[in-house]
Parts: sequence; C-alpha cells; structure tokens
Amino acid sequence: MDQPTLPRILDAGDSCLVAEFGTTVDRALNAKVQALKKALAKCGIRGIVELVPTYRSLAVYYDPCVVGRKDLAARIEAVCLDLGDEGSGAGRVVAIPVCYGGTFGPDLENVCAHTGLSKEEVIARHTGRETYCFMLGFTPGFAYLGGMDESLATPRLENPRTLIPAGSVGIAGKQTGIYPIDSPGGWQLIGRTPLAVFDPLRTPPTLVEAGDWVRFQAITEAEYEEIQSAARAGKYTVRAAFRKEAE
Amino acid sequence: MGLLLKVIKGGMSTTVQDFGRWGHQAMGMPVAGAMDPEALAVANILAGNEPGEAALEVTLLGPTLEVDGEGALAVAGADLGFTLNGVSAPRWTSLAVKTGDVISFTGPGGKGCRAYLAVSGGIDVPVILGSRSTYTRAAIGGFEGRALKAGDTVSCGEPPALWRRTIGLACPEPLRPVRDPEAPIRAVPGPQDDAFTPEGLETLFGSEYTITSQADRMGYRLEGPKVSHKAGADIVSDAIPLGAVQVPGHGQPIVMLADRQTTGGYTKAAVVLTVDLAVLAQRLPGERLRFARSTPEEGARLLAERAQRLASLARLRAEYRSRPERPLGGARATSGAYSLRIDGKTAVIEWQEL
Repeated sequence: MDQPTLPRILDAGDSCLVAEFGTTVDRALNAKVQALKKALAKCGIRGIVELVPTYRSLAVYYDPCVVGRKDLAARIEAVCLDLGDEGSGAGRVVAIPVCYGGTFGPDLENVCAHTGLSKEEVIARHTGRETYCFMLGFTPGFAYLGGMDESLATPRLENPRTLIPAGSVGIAGKQTGIYPIDSPGGWQLIGRTPLAVFDPLRTPPTLVEAGDWVRFQAITEAEYEEIQSAARAGKYTVRAAFRKEAE
Repeated sequence: MGLLLKVIKGGMSTTVQDFGRWGHQAMGMPVAGAMDPEALAVANILAGNEPGEAALEVTLLGPTLEVDGEGALAVAGADLGFTLNGVSAPRWTSLAVKTGDVISFTGPGGKGCRAYLAVSGGIDVPVILGSRSTYTRAAIGGFEGRALKAGDTVSCGEPPALWRRTIGLACPEPLRPVRDPEAPIRAVPGPQDDAFTPEGLETLFGSEYTITSQADRMGYRLEGPKVSHKAGADIVSDAIPLGAVQVPGHGQPIVMLADRQTTGGYTKAAVVLTVDLAVLAQRLPGERLRFARSTPEEGARLLAERAQRLASLARLRAEYRSRPERPLGGARATSGAYSLRIDGKTAVIEWQEL
C-alpha cells in the first residue's frame, strides 16, 4: 500500500501532537516514524518534552508555555520534507539468548500440538529469522516484534496466567515477544532469556529500541545459568550486529 | 540532616510523587507523578522546596506519621482532615514540626480526594530514570515501589537553607488551584475523533457521565450514554497521552491518567486539558461530570495562568522571607532576601550567613 511521506499532524490535547504516517502495521511506514524521531531529536527544538514512536506515528510531547502548537507543527512539517529514505531494513540486530522448553517454556508442547511441528522445528523456526521491533509499550520494556515465521502462530491461552516471570518468551497469534517484568498474561510461553530485558537501574534500561532487529538464539540450561550469573555481575555483553539490507 | 517520618498507619494509598518520570515513554515506561501537580507544587513552595520536589500524595484516608527531627511542612489539595498532634491544622500553610509531632488525617471534610504533604528537603528516595515518583504496577520508584505501610521510615532531604523563614507563610486564596466542582471537564477532540460518528461525539460532549468504582491513578472509567464508533474501536497501537479519553468497543469512555500505559490500541475521542485533569483527579466514584469541547490554545492559556500563579507564590515566599527581622536584644539578621526588578522582570536574591 502506498503511504504518503508527509504525516498528518493531529492534536492530542494541549501538550502533545501526533505525526501520523499511516494506520497500518508496515515496516517501511515505521521506518519513517523512526527517521522523524531521529531528525527531531537532532534539531533540538526548545519545548519538546519527549518523543514516543509507535507502529505508525510519532507522539511529540511539548510544553505549550515554551513552544506554541502552530510553531511546533510547522517545524515538524519542515523536518518531514527533509527526511531521508530510511527503511531499507538496515539496522542493529540484537541477539537474545533463549532456553526453550522445560520449566522455562511450559507451553512449547501447546505450540507443537497447534502447529504440528516438532519441538526442534519450532525452535529452529523461532531462531531462524530476525524480527523487527516496531515499538515499545504495554509494560516497561515490552518490545512489539514483527515478522515471526507465521507457521508458528498459536492462539493465546484460554486461561491467562496470573504471574509470568520476567524474561519469558511467548507467542500470541502471529506475534512473539518477551515479558520484561513479572506480570499476568495469556501468551504461550516457549522459553526464557537469562537477560534482564528491562532494568531501570541499568543504562540503557532496555536491550532493544524501536527500529532494532532481534534474533533469538537457542541456549542450554547450563548456558542459561552461566549467562544469568555473568549478566547479574555486569560481565555479559549483549551481542549486537549490524544488518545492511532487508531480506 | 533531613527529618524522618515514621509511618504509624499507611493510609489508603500514600505514595511518593513528583512531576513524573517524563522522557522514557519510548521504552514503555509510564510517567506516573502527582495526579494534581499544582497542589503538589504549592505544598512544595510553602515547605521551602522547589515546586517539583518529591512529596507524599495522600489519597482519601490519610496516613499517620511521627516526626523525628525538625523542619517545615505544608499540606495542599483536598481537605482530608489534616491534624497536627491531634489538633486540626491549616492546609495551604507552612508549619514547623519537631521530634515527636504526629501528623494524621481524620478523613475527607468536603470535596476532593487527593492532598499533598510536602516536607522541607523533599522526600529522599532514590531517583530512578530522573524521577522519584512511584509507579506501583511495576514497583518502580518511590518508597520501595509501593504505597507506604505501618513500620516504614521515610527519610527527607537536607532542609533548604531558609526553611525557618518560610514558617507561617500561607498561600492566599487567589494563588490556589482554581477549582469549580460544577464546571465541565474541557477536552480537545482527537487524535482519533474521526473514528466516531458525529452523533457519537455529540453524545460524549453533550451527556452526563458517572465515575465508576474502577477509578484509580491509571484511569477513570466512566458510565453513561454510549459513544458510537463509525467502524470499530480498535486501531493499530499508538501513544496514549495524559488525559486521553479512550473509548473501547463498549462505548464507555475511560480517561487515562498519571499511571496510564504509554501506548494502546483503542480509539481516543478527545484529550482532557492538562489543568482540568487535576480537577478530575480530585473527583470520586459516583460523582457525575460533563465534558466540554476545547482547543489546545485554551489549554495552553490555562497552563500559562497556572505557571503564573506558581511564580507569584514563589515571589510571595521570597518577599515573606525578606520581611524585616526584629531580632530580640538587637541581634543582627543572619539571613534575608532582596527583590530586584531588572528589565521589568523580578529577580529575588536570597542570602544567609555561613
């Protein structure tokens, strides 16, 4: 679908403008959101409080006592005219180690039963592709990842769990994701990462930002323990690579 | 050293809040912060602090606290029956406290459900991602990420230099937050007003809604005439601004407040003006309200007026501190302040002997 390059500028109250590039989930459209975020962050307009990228729009929170709504909207539009052609699929690829199955992934068998695939095949397909982080939201540090192999799609649990441990990796429909903090939820849990995906005391608090790519990597229980103790001691470096082009 | 507050009774929900954890929503971190930031700022100014210091947000049924040390404190916001040593004490006033004093709240004395207790030096809890605000759902910030309970001891920061000279200062009526409990809650249509039928928007802005029992720091669920969508209530997730009036498929509005999630997938018909959020946050389940259409320009003007009120109070404090001292026995003054006018702007220089 053709998306216009210039976003619609929408009012969201007296202290927020939304630059909306479209209304769908689309990587090229999301790349424009990320590009606008970068460009606005660079030009340091006085009065901007923060920039929040989502699937399809950028929320620009501002202090109306410092910058007027009309001025700000005009500045955003001007910046949009000069946006480069991002969205080639280039970006950082963050490796997230995951121990699949067993107590860490109690629903791996559900996914096998639903998809008709073996455990090994589910793991191979889950680790076989890079998924794209469209945005973070829902709970602190939760990354909305897109592009999971669709043959793994499995509906949510009928009875959600009241407590899912932080680091759990799950599938819900066509989505995959990692629970950043202990929380209730209904995703099919297939594994767990030993890394703290969200730690407000660490800089940066998250492993992944919007616009990054994620590649899951299968590890053993022994490696899980090893990585967890190293990470807790501050001695684990998350592996990240750079990808040049899309598929 | 700052004073300590020993918690004898935690109250219904007493949390540490400041102006909120802005700047981290891109990682999904909710903002939190005071539900009535103007009342927080007034309490802080009266206690001798900067307007955005961390203070206690007291909800409906307040805590009982015993003071260890000495300093200034002030309570602003709703009348929740503030007492000092069992005697009714004035809100909107800077009071001196000392070791053994007991702060308590006897219960709401009128409209409103949130009061702010600021202490000279501010509440000293770790700063996490730039703020001391409590976000209880993820146990981040504030006092161990949760509401206060009996047995806790809360530390306060070093009192600001001139706190003693602030004692007795009262916030005059015109500088208190402007609140008309009967006035409609003003909101700007958008960002998804085009997802609603014209009748749906008319209903939202023309009907009376009741605050349901599902009303907390995250949001207020309302009940009333159904707001109809054109096609559907679901959108591909985007940001949820403070005060967003979200309308899911059932057509009942939910106003998203301080502890809201950063993003969500429901249509937002309107966003409440920032100054009116505090008016809403002081209301209780069972109370009724109406919305009125407004503009970002009106919201900006009201925010500028709010900033003016707070600046005036800060100036009043400086003047109050610089009042002539009449020390007993002819002792000379050891602190004071001067008010200067430079290029039409008032600056205040405060001094104290070291």
